[in-house]
Amino acid sequence: MIHSLFLINHSGDIFLEKHWKSVISRSVCDYFFEVKEKAVDPENVPPVLQTPHHYLISIYRGKLFFLSVVQTEVPPLFVIEFLHRVADTFQDYFGECSEGVIKDNLVTVYELLEEMLDNGFPLATESNVLKEMIRPPNILRSVVNTLTGGSNVGDTLPTGQLSNVPWRRAGVKYTNNEAYFDVVEEIDAILDKSGTTVFAEIQGVVEACVRLTGMPDLTLSFMNPRLLDDMSFHPCVRFKRWESERVLSFIPPDGNFTLMTYHVSSQNLVAIPVYVKQNINFFETGSCGRLDITIGPKQNMGKTVEGLMVTIHMPKVVLSANLTATQGNYTYDLTTKVLVWDIGKLNPQKLPNLRGSLSMQAGAPKPEENPSLNIDLKIQQLAISGLKVSRLDMYGEKYKPFKGVKYLTKAGKFQVRT
Amino acid sequence: MLLLLHWFGQYSCCLAGCIVSLHVDPVICEAHTGVLYTELSPQECLPSLVLIPTRPRLFSVCRNEDLKEMLESSKESLKLEAMKRIVGLIAKGKNASELFPAVVKNVASKNIELKKLVYVYLVRYAEEQQDLALLSISTFQRALKDPNQFIRASALRVLSSIRVPIIVPIMMLAIKEAAADLSPYVRKTSAHAIQKLFSLDADQKEQLIEVIEKLLKDKSTLVAGSVVMAFEEVCPDRIDLIHKNYRKLCNLLVDVEEWGQVVIISMLTRYARTQFTSPWKENNEKAFYESDSEEKKGHTEEKPYIMDPDHRLLLRNTKPLLQSRNTAVVMSVAQLYWHLAPKHEVSIVTKSLVRLLRSHREVQYIVLQNIATMSIQRKGMFEPFMKSFYVRSTDATHIKTLKLEILTNLANEANISTILREFQTYVKSQDKAFAAATIQAIGRCATNISEVTDTCLNGLVLLLSNRDETVVAESVVVIKKLLQTQPTQHSEIIKHMAKLFDNITVPMARASILWLIGEYCERVPKIAPDVLRKMAKSFTAEEDIVKLQTVNLAAKLYLTNSKQTKLLTQYILNLGKYDQNYDIRDRTRFIRQLIVPSEKSGALNKYARRILLAPKPAPVLESSFKDRDRFQLGTLSHSLNSKATGYQELSDWPAVAPDQSVRNVEIIEASGSDSEEESSESEKTSSDSGKSSSGSEQSSSESELEQKKKKKTKKVPQKKSKPTAADRYSEIPAVYRCVCLLEGPVTTSSFGPVKTYELLHHMTGKGLAAKYHFPRQPCLYQPSMVAVQVILSNSSDHSLEEIHIGDRSPASLSIHCFNTIERLEPEASVTVSMGIDFSDSTQAANFQLCTKEDQFSVSIQPAVGELLMPSSMTEQDFCKEQGKLQGMNETSATITMETANASSQAISKQVLSVANVGVVSSSQNNFSRFAGRTVSSGALVLVSLELKESSTALLTINTEKTVMASMLLRDIKQALTQA
Repeated sequence: MIHSLFLINHSGDIFLEKHWKSVISRSVCDYFFEVKEKAVDPENVPPVLQTPHHYLISIYRGKLFFLSVVQTEVPPLFVIEFLHRVADTFQDYFGECSEGVIKDNLVTVYELLEEMLDNGFPLATESNVLKEMIRPPNILRSVVNTLTGGSNVGDTLPTGQLSNVPWRRAGVKYTNNEAYFDVVEEIDAILDKSGTTVFAEIQGVVEACVRLTGMPDLTLSFMNPRLLDDMSFHPCVRFKRWESERVLSFIPPDGNFTLMTYHVSSQNLVAIPVYVKQNINFFETGSCGRLDITIGPKQNMGKTVEGLMVTIHMPKVVLSANLTATQGNYTYDLTTKVLVWDIGKLNPQKLPNLRGSLSMQAGAPKPEENPSLNIDLKIQQLAISGLKVSRLDMYGEKYKPFKGVKYLTKAGKFQVRT
Repeated sequence: MLLLLHWFGQYSCCLAGCIVSLHVDPVICEAHTGVLYTELSPQECLPSLVLIPTRPRLFSVCRNEDLKEMLESSKESLKLEAMKRIVGLIAKGKNASELFPAVVKNVASKNIELKKLVYVYLVRYAEEQQDLALLSISTFQRALKDPNQFIRASALRVLSSIRVPIIVPIMMLAIKEAAADLSPYVRKTSAHAIQKLFSLDADQKEQLIEVIEKLLKDKSTLVAGSVVMAFEEVCPDRIDLIHKNYRKLCNLLVDVEEWGQVVIISMLTRYARTQFTSPWKENNEKAFYESDSEEKKGHTEEKPYIMDPDHRLLLRNTKPLLQSRNTAVVMSVAQLYWHLAPKHEVSIVTKSLVRLLRSHREVQYIVLQNIATMSIQRKGMFEPFMKSFYVRSTDATHIKTLKLEILTNLANEANISTILREFQTYVKSQDKAFAAATIQAIGRCATNISEVTDTCLNGLVLLLSNRDETVVAESVVVIKKLLQTQPTQHSEIIKHMAKLFDNITVPMARASILWLIGEYCERVPKIAPDVLRKMAKSFTAEEDIVKLQTVNLAAKLYLTNSKQTKLLTQYILNLGKYDQNYDIRDRTRFIRQLIVPSEKSGALNKYARRILLAPKPAPVLESSFKDRDRFQLGTLSHSLNSKATGYQELSDWPAVAPDQSVRNVEIIEASGSDSEEESSESEKTSSDSGKSSSGSEQSSSESELEQKKKKKTKKVPQKKSKPTAADRYSEIPAVYRCVCLLEGPVTTSSFGPVKTYELLHHMTGKGLAAKYHFPRQPCLYQPSMVAVQVILSNSSDHSLEEIHIGDRSPASLSIHCFNTIERLEPEASVTVSMGIDFSDSTQAANFQLCTKEDQFSVSIQPAVGELLMPSSMTEQDFCKEQGKLQGMNETSATITMETANASSQAISKQVLSVANVGVVSSSQNNFSRFAGRTVSSGALVLVSLELKESSTALLTINTEKTVMASMLLRDIKQALTQA
């Protein structure tokens, strides 16, 4: 399956290579570099490439390319999913997945890669199992290790791999038993010029942080599970129970994990929490333009909209922006041509407004299309679809855990066309 | 071999020496330096820990010397530090092979991290330093016998990763041993090792297949994925090895780890295509699978298609995996449904695929590619989700083009206006490559949907005045193609384009305009010669493609209007004659011979006009994904649109199903003779049942099982393992029940001949006729529903559209409707399946069957026997349950049977024809017993028949559903008393 892995940074240096079968020369990456050059933007590099003897499957995460070399037919998603899992693991271990961090923890990274694949086939990808075998670095431990010559490699053997719940390690103990669930919903929407909704849907995810002793068996039920249209579950969720009773029954992994992701049925009308009045004009003569944006609350269920931010990718010809904001502040990046207006909390009494002029390159033709607005926002304590957790029960253990649920609505890919 | 042994003898001696010396060293240190140690240690420690890392940078030449020194030191921490730096070198791709001897000495180290790092090094360089690598082998051989399963597994893992041909026999031996290991984890490792050995030495294939065959029988979920992977790598053509394990693999699938699921599903897809007959109705199929529909034609007309229960088992057990968080699993289930499921069931994968579009960019790319292929054949599948394919300005270019492709595929008369409006925004996009692609898409919509051709054309003409050159050029090219389909009305557009000609610089667009003018030169008689004049001036500066078209234009004009253009043509032909490009020289020569009459040019000259100005067929604008369906979906080959190494073709459905009985498995009781094997068996089953319960069912039993496991002693494994197996039966209803039916003691004719009832007569249905029967399969949609198959046929002379289910009564009636049938051609018929929850009553389910124009009220009244499903039971259980259902719950009657029905086979046959129950094997000859459960509430229904003398018999039915009992009694009585 996966033959080799190369990690390549933004500027095209290979800074890590790992081979699971015989060694493949790194010159194979030249084909990739060729394509990368042509694509200009790293986002545009196609994930699957063909070379005379190998196939290259790559992902782009955190300004790094994870490039895997494959020699025979394999489902490309298999490799892509795995590479993302590797990146997730790095993130989980080191807090971020960047070149610097990987270089600093080269040995741990190598040990992880060694455990995650055997002969190119995934072996241990569960974070709980990996953490038993290779402990994540932390400052205290690295100091202790330096002094005592200790190591990051766990001396216990990974029992999780054998158990019937491979995602949970055995012998978990906590003094405070707690289980937190975050219901996070994202609104994906496209609004057109006049503010009518072209397309809107809600995607949700239930993130969990469970710190419970022993082998607890949890049951989470919703007030209105009918809202959920399509979902995917962490392997721990018993699908049959969900099918028959619409409850989530599971033995949780230890620590943070994504319990489920869902999609709210498209029949329901999606509430759009803000409206945008915008007017962007580029004048035919005088090489300048005007911009006027006002944002106001719409359907926000009586909650405050926070963390409001507008991002605009301006056309290349816009040289600078001279604007005034009634609330928050704006920045215009001259090299990337991105205008960011950070508003913060939305005050319904005094609507935030950004207006002023844009100056353009002299002599350049007026851009044909106005740039679209990407909007970011947050609403605390609200799941915009109306989904509510009704209760959480625990079986199999005696103690009483602390339980908490938090709701959050965010803008996902929220775009206003102008 | 002898020589080899000798070798090892020597090396293991050496190694032993090493180990001894290592062990001795620290002791000496402690003994001798007891006092000095405290004094020296600060100085000694400091340089080793702080200074050494900086040293190599200063003296990079002797860096490796340095590392060697550290490795040979007696301090674990120094060695570890050295190994870490060596691994760092390997990771950066630098050569560290010269350190091999120094490193390999540490292979037997006690420090786990050090040992692991040495393993990493060893696996990397063993191939280059084969002789030295042999030094380490004996350590692994010893570890293979370790009592700890993890040490055994890791030893095997490293041993098999050392790519040294000389140790092949040792590996083989180790693999064989590990395949029989008690620990499933070690067996899993051995499955991985099989692939490694195979790639090292393909001659071992036969032996390895034996091991694979053995491991395939393994019941552990840990092993399943890995062994199927090995199977796929080593012997993918040995499909016969799968037969016996097919049902087990299907049933284990949910509990296998995600990566294994992907591999197993893709293997089972291939398997199913060779073993089952096609579930696709030929009327839908004709276009795509012409070859095999021919053969099937006669076959399907005779009797309705009945799906092999094993085929159904696979579909049912993979369906829950659509909810997996792993995108690869979802995709593999989707492709399985696409390639194996009846057409009307495929659409259940749609939602899940659309869900994947929320995932990472790379995932989107692959999924969109697959959707693009699917959407060509089945528009209906993705049409409701059209808006999910709307493009955002922040998408990557290749994602945008794929979305565009899909939107174009989905376009039809109904939604074209929405799509075109959406395309209008895309055309203005700042991403010009994407804007150009949009124009092409508009062109495709315009040719496919004749209603909008004019609108599109007008829109495209407007784009000709766009400022961006690529947009204009692309529009020209597309307009050219569109005009070709209906040239008569559009001389205005051609004139307009001729005007634009001076401003357009993109060669392809210029060439297109020239071609248009040439082709329709008679419609623009004034403009054409003028354009040629301009071209004659700029000929030498043009691109090749433009030159070629200029030559063409000249030739065409020469034929139609030679008075004005003769000289121009000759001038251009002369220029072309001396062009640098041989294509142009070639073409010029050809054209000259063809059009200019001379003594040498033969008969062809007469036909020049007919050759050059022949009416040309319009180009077909079609999707670039049109031919991708030759590859299996979700594969690398599909993604690249070319056959990848090792790609396995998906075979066509067999016309006649191969023997089904090959998949039957006898239940093998764990009859271990020696205690070791027994305990392994119990270890396996207990872990299995625990797992399946966690994965699918029943939470509370989890902890009980844990306790059981703890209590279990090695002495009594057999007793314990049996109840767990029984637990499994009761625990996992839907999935296992089907298997129980096939494997267990219950025999049933539920797949036998079926009675068909009329639902709607074609006279009352205005041509739409419907019949239904009860397939007696567990309902796919919900366990409490009764599965009903409806055969809809169209006996009218026009096609019927939008056949679906409308209002139902009583309103609470829960019906799982079939998907709307968009179109049913005359004389065609289609089978759809529905689920109806009758709530254990024979009250008719009334609903409306609607077409686009009409609505017909129909009703399905089930016979009471169809509201049951067979239940597996032993005779003892039967009697026990019967004892509980006495008194009120018992209904009985004495009947006189037809003599032909007197044998117990005949009785079974008659009873089973009336009721969907299971036969309970009986030890007494004069008793026949049948057991079933009601579908909705699961209440037991027990039927027993005691034969008395002279063909009288006592028929008894025990159930708490007394109404059902009396009705069932009546039905059975009727069946038995009549011949």
